[in-house]
Amino acid sequence: MIVAYFGSLAILLLSAFWEKDAFTGRVEPFVWSLDAFDDLITNTVYRTIALRTIAIAVLVTLTDALLAFPIAYYMARVASPRMRGVLTVAILMPLWAAYLVKVYAWRTILQGNGFIEWMLEPFGASAPGLGQILNSWLVLSYLWLPYMILPIYAGLERIPGSLLEASSDLGARSGTTFRRVVVPLVFPSLVAGSIFTFSLTLGDYITPDLVSDAKFIGNVIYDNSSLGNVPLAAAYSLLPIVIMIGYLLVARRLGAFESL
Amino acid sequence: MTVETRREIGEEGPGPSASAAVRLEGVTKRFGDVAAVAGIDLEIHDGEFFSMLGPSGSGKTTTLRMIAGFEEPTSGRIWLLGRDITGVPPFDRDVNTVFQDYALFPHMSVADNVGYGLLVRKVAAVERRQRVSEALQMVRLDDYGSRRPAQLSGGQRQRVALARALINRPRVLLLDEPLGALDLKLREEMQIELKAIQQQVGITFIYVTHDQEEALTMSDRLAVFNAGRIEQIGSPADVYEHPVTTFVAGFVGTSNLLTGDAATTVIGREGVFTVRPEKIRLADPTSTPADDEASALGRIREVVYVGPDTRYIVALETGGELVVTQQNLETSSMEALATQGRSVRLTWKRRHVLSLATSEL
Repeated sequence: MIVAYFGSLAILLLSAFWEKDAFTGRVEPFVWSLDAFDDLITNTVYRTIALRTIAIAVLVTLTDALLAFPIAYYMARVASPRMRGVLTVAILMPLWAAYLVKVYAWRTILQGNGFIEWMLEPFGASAPGLGQILNSWLVLSYLWLPYMILPIYAGLERIPGSLLEASSDLGARSGTTFRRVVVPLVFPSLVAGSIFTFSLTLGDYITPDLVSDAKFIGNVIYDNSSLGNVPLAAAYSLLPIVIMIGYLLVARRLGAFESL
Repeated sequence: MTVETRREIGEEGPGPSASAAVRLEGVTKRFGDVAAVAGIDLEIHDGEFFSMLGPSGSGKTTTLRMIAGFEEPTSGRIWLLGRDITGVPPFDRDVNTVFQDYALFPHMSVADNVGYGLLVRKVAAVERRQRVSEALQMVRLDDYGSRRPAQLSGGQRQRVALARALINRPRVLLLDEPLGALDLKLREEMQIELKAIQQQVGITFIYVTHDQEEALTMSDRLAVFNAGRIEQIGSPADVYEHPVTTFVAGFVGTSNLLTGDAATTVIGREGVFTVRPEKIRLADPTSTPADDEASALGRIREVVYVGPDTRYIVALETGGELVVTQQNLETSSMEALATQGRSVRLTWKRRHVLSLATSEL
C-alpha cells in the first residue's frame, strides 16, 4: 500500500519535469525539462486561477469560522442536553448524504427557474444563475461547515467551567471572559477546523464545475491530465501540495493537532 | 430536628452587625427536588478565619458558591459588609475565590494569571507589574512569573491561585478545599502558610473543607454542615469539647456514643451521651472509681497501636462500644497489643460526659 501510494506520488511529481514534444504533443518520460513550469509562470491564466482558488479557500474558511463559532458555542454552553442532541444530529446528517447529491441540490436552488428564482420572482428579480464565482464560495461553505463546527464544539466542551467562573470572579464581565479566556483557548480548535475547510476547498473541482463557470486549480489539473498534458497537470498540482504543507506547519505551531 | 443551641454557640445573635463580613439569612438552594442547602443562618466576622466543615454533599461548597455569586439562592438573602449582594453577579462582588482545581488559565503565564484581576479592572500597566511582583513575592514565587501553569508543581499552582485571588484585595477570600489535591506533607506546610498569609493581609477567609483536623487547627471559628443544615457553629475548642449533636460528635473526632441501656446504666438517665476517647482511663476491673468519676466494665475487643498512642476498642458489658485513646507513656507496643481480650474498668470524670441531641441524617 505504502509503496504503491508513495511510488505513484513520486512519479506524479517527477512527471512535472518531463518533456512534452511541442510538435507531436507526445510526452517523453524521463526527458527532463522545465517547460511545464515555464508555461505556468508565463501564462497569466494559471496565476489567475491559482489566486482565485486560494481566495475562495480563504473566504470559505473565514465564513465557516464565523458561522461555526456561535453555533458551537450555543451547543456547548447554552443549549439544553436535548437541544444539543438535536443539533448534533442536524450537523452530522448532511455528512451522511452523498457529496454529489448536495451539490446537485444547490444547482437546482441556484439555477434559472430554480428555488431562488421562485422566491425572487414576485419582486421582479431573477436567479443569479450558474455563472457566478461566488456560487462556489456559497456551496463550499455549506459543504464544509460541519468540519468547522465539530472541532470548535469539542474545544469549547473541553474548557473547564471553573476557568469561566474564575474569570468572572476576578472581575471580568462575560464579554471580557469570552475575549480573554474562551477565544484564546478555543483558537487551536478553530485552526484545526480550518485545515479541513481550507484543504477541501483548495482541492475541490466538482463543485466549481457544477455551480459556476470559474475554474479552480483542480479543474485545470483534471483537464490537462485527460488532454494528455501530464507534465503541466503534475507541475500545477505541486502548488496546492506546497501550500498545504506550509499550512499544516503553521497549524502545528498554533497547537491545532493537540485539539483534534 | 433542629438544635436550639446553634445560635448561642455562634457567640452573636442574628441581626445586622458592623463586624459581619458575610451574613446569610435563611438561605436555601434547591437543585430540582433536592435541597442542597436547606435554610441556613450564618454570620462571619470581619477578619476571621472561618471554616465550613462537613462531608461531601452537606451543602458547604454550595454555600461558598452562593457567597461567590456562582449560584443564586432559591430563597434567603446574603449580605457582604452590610450590603445586600443577593443577585449581584460575581464580577461585582468584593470577594475572590481559590478554586479546588486552582482554575489557572493555561494559555497565560503565571504573572498574567496573577495580574488578570487587575487587567480586567483596567489598572495601569505600571501599577499592575508592581502589584503582581508583590503578590508573587508573598507566595514565594518571585522567579516564576514567566512560567506557564503547566510547568509548576501542585503546591506552586496552589500558591499562584492564592496570589491571583488576593491581588484584587478583596474583603473576603473564599477557599474551596484548596489543599485537597496536595499530599499530606505539603498540606501541612500550606496550612501554616495560609494561616500566616491570612494574618498578614487581615482579610476574612472562608474555608471549605471535609478534613476535621484541618478545620480545627486553622480556624478561629467553624460551622459543621450536615444534610444542607448547620449543626453547630463555634470555636474549634467549643465544637470539639462540647459537640451538641450526635453528628458533630461523630464527624469532629470519634463519636463514642452511649445510648439505650448503656446510657441508663452508666450515666443514670436516658439519652445520648458522648465521652471523648482521650478523657477515658483504663483501670483494673476490681478498682473503685473516685466520687467525681463514672465508670463502666468491659472487655478490650481490639487494640490499634498508632505510635505516640494506642487506641483500645472496648465492648461494654451493658452493650455498645467505647474507644479509648491512651498515650504510650510507658507502654511498649508489645504490652499494648497483649491487652487484647482482657477485662477492664473504664473511668472518666463526670464533667467530661456530654449530652447530645440526635441529628437527622
